[in-house]
Amino acid sequence: MIEGIELQHILIVTTLMFFIGVYGFLVRRNLITILMASELILNSVSINFVVFNKYLYPDALQGYMFAIFVIAIAAAEAAVAIAIIINVYRRFKSVNVENVHEMKY
Amino acid sequence: MNVIIFYILAAVILVCSVLTVTSRKILRAATALMFTLIATAGLYFLLQVNFLAAVQLMIYAGGIVVLIVFSILLTHHMEHQFDLAEPKKAIPAALAAIAGTVICISTVLQFDFTSRLAEQTTAPDVKLFGRAFLNYGEGGYVLPFEVISILLLAAMVAAIMIAKKNKQ
Repeated sequence: MIEGIELQHILIVTTLMFFIGVYGFLVRRNLITILMASELILNSVSINFVVFNKYLYPDALQGYMFAIFVIAIAAAEAAVAIAIIINVYRRFKSVNVENVHEMKY
Repeated sequence: MNVIIFYILAAVILVCSVLTVTSRKILRAATALMFTLIATAGLYFLLQVNFLAAVQLMIYAGGIVVLIVFSILLTHHMEHQFDLAEPKKAIPAALAAIAGTVICISTVLQFDFTSRLAEQTTAPDVKLFGRAFLNYGEGGYVLPFEVISILLLAAMVAAIMIAKKNKQ
């Protein structure tokens, strides 16, 4: 734990970060910026896992493990999403969400 | 000292997250995202979870951000600026985000965490993580570890399959 910092302060920071990500996810009209907003959301959640593990159950490992798996899944998700975005760009010459309402192969 | 560093990191995280979702130039948004992720790694260092901080720096700040910047360079013109979000869409989204923030923060502040705080023992080091990852006994993580490695392999193959050019 961080000396002198309460659990609630870190949770407030991650809550704000999560909902900033949600706002970006709803407002942005570009596929890459939507991906970046979802990275913010995943990141804030994994901070939460680590902080709960550290403050409340220092002997357990579950929270850290969950954060590591979240990071690995975020990497896989980013790779596939960017492949799809590049393919969409090749087909529609744009990566805006309005242009990709059909995703038929 | 720790307190000051924590508040600096929190400020960097919040300011750069806001820049990530509001910046009108996409490369600036990606840079702000990178600083957010690096500040998160700093937070993990402050919590003394060194292995996780190193993983965060390598995979998020090193890998995913580079991937995003590559895809930006492939699909955008650098001078391109986004239009400002139309108020018709931005206001409901902002209201939803603010409502969620208020609900979550009020719940967090009402819950009694102080009585549940545990005595801090040693900080987890890399050895502990390595043993836990390859341990197949009680409390071991070898099955999720293998599953995640298969998932990463499948994602890599899928990414190559999707992104490669068609022959015709």
